[in-house]
Amino acid sequence: MSNLWVFSLVISVFFALFSNNIAETGAAALEGAPAAINFLFLTGGLICLWGGALEIMRRSGLTRALARLLRPALAALFPRAARDGEALGAMTMNVSANILGLGNAATPMGIAAARRMARLSGGGSADAELCLLVVINTASVQLLPTTAAALRAANGAAQPFDILPAVWLSSAGSVAAGILAAKLLERVWPR
Amino acid sequence: MAALSELISLLPAALLAGTAAWGRLRGVDVMAAFAKGAQDALRMLLGIFPALLALLTAVAMLRASGALDALTGLLSPALTALGIPAETAPLILLRPLSGSGAMAVAGDIIAECGADSLAGRTAAVMLGSTETTFYVVAVYFGAAGVKRSRYAIPAALCADAAGFLLSALTARWLFGQG
Repeated sequence: MSNLWVFSLVISVFFALFSNNIAETGAAALEGAPAAINFLFLTGGLICLWGGALEIMRRSGLTRALARLLRPALAALFPRAARDGEALGAMTMNVSANILGLGNAATPMGIAAARRMARLSGGGSADAELCLLVVINTASVQLLPTTAAALRAANGAAQPFDILPAVWLSSAGSVAAGILAAKLLERVWPR
Repeated sequence: MAALSELISLLPAALLAGTAAWGRLRGVDVMAAFAKGAQDALRMLLGIFPALLALLTAVAMLRASGALDALTGLLSPALTALGIPAETAPLILLRPLSGSGAMAVAGDIIAECGADSLAGRTAAVMLGSTETTFYVVAVYFGAAGVKRSRYAIPAALCADAAGFLLSALTARWLFGQG
């Protein structure tokens, strides 16, 4: 990330000199900081609002209810880990929290599931089910894309949440593509 | 009976009211829970604020110098052929690498193109339907003590690519040219 940042700054200065956007670029160097504060005020307030609402949902038992609902599907996707109560429990809570957008709760449960699965399979190489768990986590199914909606609201969207169906379809499709790719690569990739 | 679009616009209010009422029925101390969740979110925001500031400065400089346009122009034939708005190019490149970077770039695209434009909507859908792939892979395999991640990264990038394509497709399909 550091390299990317340095590269962006240096290339901007060179580009400014060559494309004659000198004054604009100089002014732009001082625009990012107010923009960041602006983000914190407008979007940050909304992110806090949804963070509060999500915590109420979590304490109301929504994560557990969803975990119960997902258990059979996950047990079918992870037949080996499903034989271990601890791994399956952590995994269902991880996926449920992710779906509800509870990143803070999802990561510790996901890590617990990953450690347990690595211990069950042994060795320093990822087995098929651990790869699948990580791929599902990188693809993220999200029911309430609160950050994206907050960014839209802060920039004057008429209906910040009208992207919901598009986000559901896209994230479900990307998880499906991830599972499919993992299942295909599992056969050809050397151990 | 109100029109459907009007009902959808009530969603944030209804979601908050429903959450609060259901939590109360389940015996949750909703004010305390809300305060805890909002505080966690604030702590997260303050945590990423310095990175956000650094990245937003870089994005503003890239945009003003013309470098961002050059990059967009470079990728635009490929993206246009796939039906993806070219303005989302920086988001596609940054999304798997950095969560705060993606947030900064998506905010920049939404502000520049307009929240209800096709590019702005596509950027929001992309941000909502994908994750910081490399970070997730590093955290999970690191915590599990696994050294060889095998095909996890290529498979995860397939998922990201599908997510980007579908974001553009669904945004165009559900909202037209915008």
